[in-house]
Amino acid sequence: MSRESTHVDLTGDAVSRSAKERGVWLLLLTCAALSVFVTFGIIGTLLFDAIDFFTEVSPVAFFTGTDWSPAIKPYSFGVLPLVTNTLLVTVLSALIALPLGVASAIYLSEYASDRVRSVLKPGLEVLAGIPTVVYGYFGLVYITPALDVVLPVSTFNALSASIVVGIMIIPMVSSISEDAMSSVPDSLREAGYGLGATKFEVSTGVVVPAAASGIVSSFVLALSRAIGETMAVVVAAGQSPTMITASNVDTVLFNSIQTMTSAMIELGVSDLSGGTTAYKALFAIGLTLFSITFVMNLISTLVARRFQEEYQ
Amino acid sequence: MSQETISGTDPSPDADDESLISPSPGADAVGHERTTGEQSETRTVVETQALDVYYGEERALQEIDIEIPAEKVTAIIGPSGCGKSTFLRCINRMNDLVDSARVEGELLFEGKNVYDADVDPVALRRRIGMVFQAPNPFPKSIYDNVAYGLRVQDDTENLDERVETALRRAALWDEVNDRLDESALDLSGGQQQRLCIARAIAPDPDVLLMDEPASALDPVATSQIEDLIEELAQDYTVVIVTHNMQQAARISDKTAVFLTGGELVEFDDTGVVFENPEHQRVEDYITGKFG
Amino acid sequence: MATDSGRDWFGSEKTTGYAKGRAFELGCLAATVFGIFMVFVLLLYVVVDAFALTTPEYGPWLDGDFLTSAHSRFPEKAGIYPALVGSVMMLIVIALSAFPIGVGTAIYLEEYASDNPIATLIEINIGNLAGVPSVVYGLLGLALFIRFVGLGTGTVVVGGFTVGLLILPIIIISAQEAIRSVPDSMRTASYGMGATRWQTVWRVVLPEALPGILTGTILALGRAIGETAPLIMIGAAATVFSPPSSFFDRFSAMPRQIYAWVSFPKYEFQYGVMAAGVVTLLTVLLLMNATAILIRNRYQRQ
Repeated sequence: MSRESTHVDLTGDAVSRSAKERGVWLLLLTCAALSVFVTFGIIGTLLFDAIDFFTEVSPVAFFTGTDWSPAIKPYSFGVLPLVTNTLLVTVLSALIALPLGVASAIYLSEYASDRVRSVLKPGLEVLAGIPTVVYGYFGLVYITPALDVVLPVSTFNALSASIVVGIMIIPMVSSISEDAMSSVPDSLREAGYGLGATKFEVSTGVVVPAAASGIVSSFVLALSRAIGETMAVVVAAGQSPTMITASNVDTVLFNSIQTMTSAMIELGVSDLSGGTTAYKALFAIGLTLFSITFVMNLISTLVARRFQEEYQ
Repeated sequence: MSQETISGTDPSPDADDESLISPSPGADAVGHERTTGEQSETRTVVETQALDVYYGEERALQEIDIEIPAEKVTAIIGPSGCGKSTFLRCINRMNDLVDSARVEGELLFEGKNVYDADVDPVALRRRIGMVFQAPNPFPKSIYDNVAYGLRVQDDTENLDERVETALRRAALWDEVNDRLDESALDLSGGQQQRLCIARAIAPDPDVLLMDEPASALDPVATSQIEDLIEELAQDYTVVIVTHNMQQAARISDKTAVFLTGGELVEFDDTGVVFENPEHQRVEDYITGKFG
Repeated sequence: MATDSGRDWFGSEKTTGYAKGRAFELGCLAATVFGIFMVFVLLLYVVVDAFALTTPEYGPWLDGDFLTSAHSRFPEKAGIYPALVGSVMMLIVIALSAFPIGVGTAIYLEEYASDNPIATLIEINIGNLAGVPSVVYGLLGLALFIRFVGLGTGTVVVGGFTVGLLILPIIIISAQEAIRSVPDSMRTASYGMGATRWQTVWRVVLPEALPGILTGTILALGRAIGETAPLIMIGAAATVFSPPSSFFDRFSAMPRQIYAWVSFPKYEFQYGVMAAGVVTLLTVLLLMNATAILIRNRYQRQ
């Protein structure tokens, strides 16, 4: 058929393709791209100085050295004391946060009435909202003196730092685990009850296993958070890098230590001038820390995604 | 592909229809080919040719051929899932907002295929107003709701006056003229839907699409909306999707029956469709034997 | 197992099982309350110390003088004023930089690019950024803003930009949630009226999402005001004796000042000045969060 003439203008000013619409789109895209730029910025800046560092200190010396002394001669850049100290705080705080976090997730998801939940959930959020330097202060001036009554702790010690770090990451474990447990379909619970199981048996035997990957994801994320935690550890655990070996593993938690993050803070406050080995060491530790937490976060995301797929 | 579609526009026997037709520059040529020489005063505004719509792999509309006449009420009826809403949303390209939707064939608005690459769906929608199933006023004042279309088109001359006109035509002015600044969400459901109609007609579109506009309303509000639709047909081309056959029979001039599978089975004057349908399937549907 | 009566339908044999269940429930409740209780007690302690309620001979540490004076070697004269002003100025920089960028990103992801591969990539990236330790952001700020861009060490702008990047993921994620909660019928109505994408976003979606976006942003700013490690890395001053005179002046912030006081081992500093500083910081934080909750409740969708 012939349509020789069109009497209607549907293109005209092409409103949706106008300069303004395109300008806004470009602006918004730029905003979104910035977040990607930040990631590359972090990786780039860390690599830049870290690579420089590794030309001065061999990676082998860095990753296997057992003495960390970046500012006092003889200089030594062995990162193992920092790594083992970080591990110590992470393990101790995990011993607190993981069981408590999962137990509270079970309580909130399976047992708590709506009213109780509406009190406890904001209460847990408060734990997550307190600045970490305040947690460090709590550890230093209240928890350490309290521990001192029964344990041989020094003014700065790994134990009280681990306790406050443990408390601060409870909400992370409990909220993510609770989300996972809440999204377990009720039909599974009903199947359990239908077989004559008690609430306890349903909670521990049906819900927790069904939510396992969500719970694991919360664990990994919380551990990653503990590894990267800085101020609480700096304030409460002090600045003494201590290589943990079989001979001191039983006493080290009562004494001052230095994690990777606190070593960075110590270098940071010392007003380093760019170009020194110590300054570059900052970025080498930063890169190590970033890599560890990045991989852990990625694992957590992947595990969480698998969980979501299971229940869709 | 069995195609039972009746795509011709029957000449209307009602003489008084002529008086409603205002001469328009676009009135000639378009859509007359299919009327096979019969002298009709009815101009076609929207016309489709072999229109197919897919949602992903699923075919929602099959080879639709239809010519929708100007300044009449065309009702689209059919069982749920027959594609009637999909068809309506093709006309102003609202289906563009659904990522998986894909349209094939032609849909001509005033002779122009709206799926041509150079057509801007936003410009198209400014010519074709739409009223939705559930009232969806913006959480703004009554006035701001009606003025919305004019404002987005940067056409704010005599705004007060045009808001008033739209509200009067939507038979809502008397109920709200003393509280134009109040939130539209404070209105009753029926009032909200009339507000949505006022909002749709304020920019003076050529066509008004209505997607089951009364399905969420009580009987009183429904009859108000129906009266209003008949009024509006004096100036606008109205295409209304409804699942309510009585409603279609009451208010429409033409009726299109879609049946399951996205097929347009019958399209004719409303009286013919309801009293003497050509297809057994349509009769079964209308008499309630199926659907 | 009883064979002929319904007696054990009432669970007499199961009694031990129910006791175990009850104990488990109580254990879980105790676990939930443990952390909350600990922190509640610690907060109580610090408030008692800040106002010297058990040692009235010192007088309240947190008083008008504390809020209006600078640090001093003498604990009774020490105050937090310059750091308080520094924190507020830093928040202004963050609000002006991170807020528009964060909301812009959220709009792009939700309204312009939903479900396309680039958006998915950006979202995964944002999720990962949210997990990067704050001290690493400090290194980024140091390398990017000070060494590369050439802004001054430890200045308010550098602090604001650095901590701004840190909370950017939080702002984006909460703004996305707020935007997602705007019903689709609003968008459909707007597009149906022939509004363009941006008109729909600007006139319909954003006004509706704004309370949620503001709530999320204020909560994110609350996170920002407590950040310490990034400020140390970008060389914010441990202590300044007057508030920054401009955004390009060197500054200290409240948590930075509190950390500086850690190295004053005197009792009056540990349990007096620091307690007062902690309570000041927590009060500002509390006010911000209360504002956020107020906004949320005021405009919550029914």
